[in-house]
Amino acid sequence: MDLYEYQAKQLFAEYGVPVQRGQVAATAEEARDIAAGFAAEGTPLVVVKAQVKVGGRGKAGGVKLANGPQEAEEKARQILGMDIKGHTVHKVLIAQAVDIAQEYYLSFLLDRSARTFVAICSVQGGVEIEEVAHTNPEAVARVPVDPLHGVDLAKAAEIIEAGGLPAEAAAEAAVLAERLWSVFSDEDATLVEVNPLALTDQGHVLAVDGKVTLDDNAAFRQDHAQFADPEAADALEARAQAKHLNYVKLDGQVGIIGNGAGLVMSTLDVVALAGEEFGGVKPANFLDIGGGASAEVMANGLEIVLSDSSVRSVFVNVFGGITSCDAVADGIVSAIGMLGERGEQVSHPIVVRLDGNNAVEGRRILEEAGLAVVEQVATMDDAARRAAQLAAAGPQANGQPDGGPGVNGHGADAPATGA
Amino acid sequence: MAIFLTGESRVMIQGITGSEGTKHGRRMLAAGTKVVGGTNPRKAGQTVDLGGTAVPVFGTVADTMAATGADVSVVFVPPAGTKAAVIEAIDAGVPLVIVITEGIPVHDTAAFWAYACAAGNATRIVGPNCPGIASPGKSNAGIIPADISAEGRIGLVSKSGTLTYQMMYELRDIGFSTAVGIGGDPVIGTTHIDCLAAFEADAETDAIVMIGEIGGDAEERAAAYVEQHVTKPVIGYVAGFTAPEGKTMGHAGAIVSGSAGTAQAKKEALEKVGVRVGRTPSETARLAREVMQAR
Repeated sequence: MDLYEYQAKQLFAEYGVPVQRGQVAATAEEARDIAAGFAAEGTPLVVVKAQVKVGGRGKAGGVKLANGPQEAEEKARQILGMDIKGHTVHKVLIAQAVDIAQEYYLSFLLDRSARTFVAICSVQGGVEIEEVAHTNPEAVARVPVDPLHGVDLAKAAEIIEAGGLPAEAAAEAAVLAERLWSVFSDEDATLVEVNPLALTDQGHVLAVDGKVTLDDNAAFRQDHAQFADPEAADALEARAQAKHLNYVKLDGQVGIIGNGAGLVMSTLDVVALAGEEFGGVKPANFLDIGGGASAEVMANGLEIVLSDSSVRSVFVNVFGGITSCDAVADGIVSAIGMLGERGEQVSHPIVVRLDGNNAVEGRRILEEAGLAVVEQVATMDDAARRAAQLAAAGPQANGQPDGGPGVNGHGADAPATGA
Repeated sequence: MAIFLTGESRVMIQGITGSEGTKHGRRMLAAGTKVVGGTNPRKAGQTVDLGGTAVPVFGTVADTMAATGADVSVVFVPPAGTKAAVIEAIDAGVPLVIVITEGIPVHDTAAFWAYACAAGNATRIVGPNCPGIASPGKSNAGIIPADISAEGRIGLVSKSGTLTYQMMYELRDIGFSTAVGIGGDPVIGTTHIDCLAAFEADAETDAIVMIGEIGGDAEERAAAYVEQHVTKPVIGYVAGFTAPEGKTMGHAGAIVSGSAGTAQAKKEALEKVGVRVGRTPSETARLAREVMQAR
């Protein structure tokens, strides 16, 4: 989970990492009140910053300087509701302006290739670090951090020195780096980044921006829920999450349900490939129902997938490893029944491919259930093609009424699997 | 021969009394695996019934090894306890630890990996978040269904569990020397490259199928390794062409960040060094079949 700048800075502050003072506002009026508070303390100059989880805010006009409450309100009104690279701005951070003398860069992150953590530090901050690494690689220091030893003050000083920060900033920067490591380590983060790390005219070092990514796998021992962001999440994704479904909304017409992350990813690809033949039909979502596909999980999955109004057909692709295909088939049959009872009659065609553990029994169950919307196809490639074809021919897609040739292929007329 | 796991391997289970440990212990045993014991500190001295066979439970990994000669440990311990379990296995000197557990915080994995390195890399770690290793007809350590494939001369290495099953099933008429599920987490122990090296050296493996997915640069590094060190034919598959940037696709490691980690880049890197890459799992199986039949 990525945090907003204001959330990242809250965390920083909890760990004693110096940050500018600031408060988040959801309306222009709130922005004015916050700025009025700062003005009353004799510091009327503030920065109004769009809170979006994407880089390049400044260039997009999402960061503006304001002098006093009146101007802060105006700038906040301009920024709130703005679209920055597809992200709508719902909140702005009103931060005390800082007299920046120099800008540096500091981060801790997971180095996947080296299977360890790494600190990145540079005397050239305030710009994209990838750019600096490209144009001036010597200016970017990468210092490996042993997960077993972490970062103490001596290690922090080593990192800051490697980054080439000048003497007037080094001591405070090292203290900041040691505390930033604590954020990274104690909060189960996979990234903490400060860019820019500023040296002020007064000779102090502080974090002017902050980026934090938290490890979702650590949710069982961390209070990550406090950072959840229901309003920004896709409505369907939020509903799926509430039902503990691993669902990602995509832009397409073929709803996908499968078991296992790799197989589902592969299913999306195979559908997209097959869809090229049918006017660019694409997968509508990623949904991994995992190992045990009970009727309830299948019903919840089907419900979510079918709630997506752009879905025209559904492809259920299951390879029974541990999961038994007869259980999956039972799940599909009772899911369609359950949805019917809930008044959500399934009308879109559902193409099913069952293989592996107890597949013969699973196919028989579906066959005997005689559900009009269910069509079985023997192989993954052929089933993907059929689902794409049905989506392209769906009643609401381009007004094409017919399913085309090869309808009702209940497995028998499709080519047999592998051997 | 097979790699990593042979008919002689003596397998123990950490978390043998848990529901997953018991269920899969039973399946492993039924597949012919020598399951010799397991651990649960609170149930030391008892036995656990694995489909009619009473398997002894010990308090520690060291006790299990001493009493049974176990040389492989399969870890089913839940995420909160996995790091401690793996470190215990490393301390006990188990040569091979297979971590099935899904959902381990990456700080924990990074820590036990660093611990294994500091201990001189005497313990090979496979996983976490992986289906394990199957050497069909010999031994099966993990959750790969034993009856979907057969013994043969293809080596398989894969990040994904279900794609491992799919590929093993599609090529069940040709069969596998060993299939290794290395797991889909951002930090894993045994890599594609480790498996490529082992398959290259294995006299019972004629060709290698390598399944990758989006995220990280493991496939690109594997491609460079193939070019330098692998003489046996390699067939590849990469999942995740349609994954959008910034969205995690089920596996914690399956995320495209910026221009890095895309399926297209991985496919190109592999093809550049002569690896034939299938566009679908079935096409990949077809390519592998062609290679094996041409021999």
